[in-house]
Amino acid sequence: MDFRFTPEEDKFRQEIRDWLKKNLPKSGSGDRFSRTSDDNDANPVIYLEFAKKLASKGWVAPHWPAEYGGLGLSVIQQLIFNEEMAYASAPIGYSMIGVGWAGPTIIVYGTDEQKKEHLSRITNAETMWCQGFSEPNAGSDLAALQTRAVRDGDDYVINGQKIWTSGAHFANWMILIARTDQDAPKHKGISYFLLDMKTPGITTSPLIDMMGNHAFNEVFFDNVRVPREALLGEENRGWYMATTTLDFERSSIGGAVGGQKLLEDLKTFVAETSFNGRPIKDAPGVMGRLADCAIDVELGRILSYRVATLQARGMVPNYESSIAKLFNTDMQFHLGEAGMEIMGLYGQLEADSKWVHLHGRFQRQWMWQTGLKVGGGTTEIQKNIIAQRGLGMPRG
Amino acid sequence: MDLGLDEQQELLRNFARDFLEKECPETLVREMEEDEKGYSPDLWQKMAKQGWMGLIISEDYGGTGMNLCELVVLIEEFGRALVPGPFVPTVVLGGVPIMHAGSDEQKSELLPKIAAGDLIMTMALTEPSAKWTADGVHLEAKKDGGGYVLNGTKLFVQDGHVTDKMIVATRTGGSGEDGITLFIVDSNTDGIKFEVLKTIAADKQSEVTFENVRVPASSILGAEGKGWEIVEHTKQVATVAACAYLVGLSQMDFDVTLNYAKERVQFGRPIGSFQAIQHKLADAVIDVDGSRFITYKAAWSLQEGEDDADLMISMAKAWTSDASRRVVAHGQQIHGGIGFTKEYKIQLYFRRQKWMELMWGDADYHRELVADKLEV
Ligand SMILES: Cc1cc2nc3c(=O)[nH]c(=O)nc-3n(C[C@H](O)[C@H](O)[C@H](O)COP(=O)(O)OP(=O)(O)OC[C@H]3O[C@@H](n4cnc5c(N)ncnc54)[C@H](O)[C@@H]3O)c2cc1C
Repeated sequence: MDFRFTPEEDKFRQEIRDWLKKNLPKSGSGDRFSRTSDDNDANPVIYLEFAKKLASKGWVAPHWPAEYGGLGLSVIQQLIFNEEMAYASAPIGYSMIGVGWAGPTIIVYGTDEQKKEHLSRITNAETMWCQGFSEPNAGSDLAALQTRAVRDGDDYVINGQKIWTSGAHFANWMILIARTDQDAPKHKGISYFLLDMKTPGITTSPLIDMMGNHAFNEVFFDNVRVPREALLGEENRGWYMATTTLDFERSSIGGAVGGQKLLEDLKTFVAETSFNGRPIKDAPGVMGRLADCAIDVELGRILSYRVATLQARGMVPNYESSIAKLFNTDMQFHLGEAGMEIMGLYGQLEADSKWVHLHGRFQRQWMWQTGLKVGGGTTEIQKNIIAQRGLGMPRG
Repeated sequence: MDLGLDEQQELLRNFARDFLEKECPETLVREMEEDEKGYSPDLWQKMAKQGWMGLIISEDYGGTGMNLCELVVLIEEFGRALVPGPFVPTVVLGGVPIMHAGSDEQKSELLPKIAAGDLIMTMALTEPSAKWTADGVHLEAKKDGGGYVLNGTKLFVQDGHVTDKMIVATRTGGSGEDGITLFIVDSNTDGIKFEVLKTIAADKQSEVTFENVRVPASSILGAEGKGWEIVEHTKQVATVAACAYLVGLSQMDFDVTLNYAKERVQFGRPIGSFQAIQHKLADAVIDVDGSRFITYKAAWSLQEGEDDADLMISMAKAWTSDASRRVVAHGQQIHGGIGFTKEYKIQLYFRRQKWMELMWGDADYHRELVADKLEV
């Protein structure tokens, strides 16, 4: 057991940190997802510019194998890279969908042609992806999806609807799962497609989230005709590939460190601020809360290091990623709450209010994390996974 | 002993619920988030016709002379319907201190107008110090000839920008609770400026700056230097009102969520059939019921002048602040993706809960007061 990083790893961390210092875009709110009311569409644009610079270092998807445009980073290096990006609040737009989920799934299941067509365009930040999984009646119960893809000669014709599709309004491509066999049991009639968003018959309509941002969408398919080459892997085996994608999504490591940055900001704020001559740190409950936050941030990080350890040892994380995901979203939600409450009446101000403290980041974090407790598999579903897949408990 | 509503209170509740369902629908709540004034003058007049602005004003001054417990019943309905606008600021922050400490002249001039819905008021208490205690009041009032000159800044003044008059807490000398003087000030007096703050609840609170604002000595409420006792009394009522609002808000968030859990189907069954969801809703109903009855106890204690009224009020606000936060967090979670949209109504409750949680002291603030009163 060793909680230290090697000198080479420390050096790598420093290299990223130095590079980010020089190359981070000046614009943007410092909010990773740029979810403030006046620049809610700006982040993907800022990201794309920034991604050109990342691409020149091979850093768009540095954990991918070199043959696909990555640097073949080790799991630990990837963890370090993700941590530094998160710590610096580097913009990521919707890139995690292509880089983190779609690309790796294509690497596992794609044909040579599909790999050639898609992977280098992701690492060069030429394409953005979105994830067309959820439907109005298929959220937690994803396999209940009803969007249909019907064979017609050499093509498939897609009809139906997706919902909550993040970034569909910027994406060039979509990973889409649709039903190709109406009669098979629900997990066995689903296929996985790589869909060009320019294909005729696709309509995207915005959904505004409770932070006032246009981040996700409804996407409608009206006789969308795609060639056979759009199919990923075998027909009717899509559910198993989708599970792979979701595993990639859940085991995204390194994000917990965003909590570290918030904690540091909050510590500085508490240390330096007095309300009416009374240092905040002397107000009731404040130091206790700060200590709780510090413990949770530390543990959140350790739990994601544990996932990385398993991956580095060549094991496939099971319920451990679910623990990390749910603990860290809860942790960041509580951190947002703690910050708001420590700020007292100021904690209710919007990010663009002139009296706001710490750029309103705690308020935005608090709201955003209510979304993350749902997106990527709700907290309850993670708990079911922990209990059933992890602990082998019987299904109800 | 009987913890239930009496006949008159029940009538009031039922009437208010029906009235607000009709007159204050979700569309109006949303419209008012974007509205510059933040309230509907039309609805305001209709509410005045029901006698609500005069609910706790005595009949001598044009009100209906009911009591705090009835006001709590009504404000609970306001929380349910998320009624936007200066009702509590006018009735509680304006009316209560005048009833409590106004001269006969002030009472007969102002109370009938409040009761008739012709006067909108608030209290300008908090400052950038963001404190609820007397030492947070710095706004200076200097004697000058027959009057006073006010200079300073108030912050988080509820609905200040639409008021006709404000009760302004100033410092005329002394320190702490001593030397605080209240003035009843015309909101359009020269030298007063309002700037509406952007808040997550999209309610309307203002920064109010006072620059050489001249007010006559006759506008003092109570006696010079003796204003804090009036503020304390007003704060007691306002804190109970905040609890009542949270009770109604939590109840509605809970009702909407319970309904959703019964209707939303995943895995071939209503999500409400999963114990993970059932237990959340069971926890939530404990929180909602608990909030309601601890709030009733606080209101009753204050109304009856019980010795431990202050303790009861702090217990109620500490508990209700925390409990309502848990309720609305469950509300979000049980709704899944749709809860995170602006279009669906549950977020309206979620955002406003945080506002009322922080108003008149959050849980930490009131826990400290409870701890003090335990005399350990
Ligand atoms: C910010 C955000 C971004 C998103 N981005 C995307 C995207 O890009 N692409 C995409 O495809 N989807 C996306 N989603 C959708 C997300 O994956 C779904 O919202 C999520 O899976 C939950 O589905 P649902 O909203 O239908 O809720 P439901 O499944 O209806 O869940 C409602 C409630 O019931 C609970 N529940 C359901 N089943 C069970 C059970 N068996 N046991 C216990 N409790 C249960 C849930 O935990 C939840 O509390 C996004 C969602 C959010 C909030």
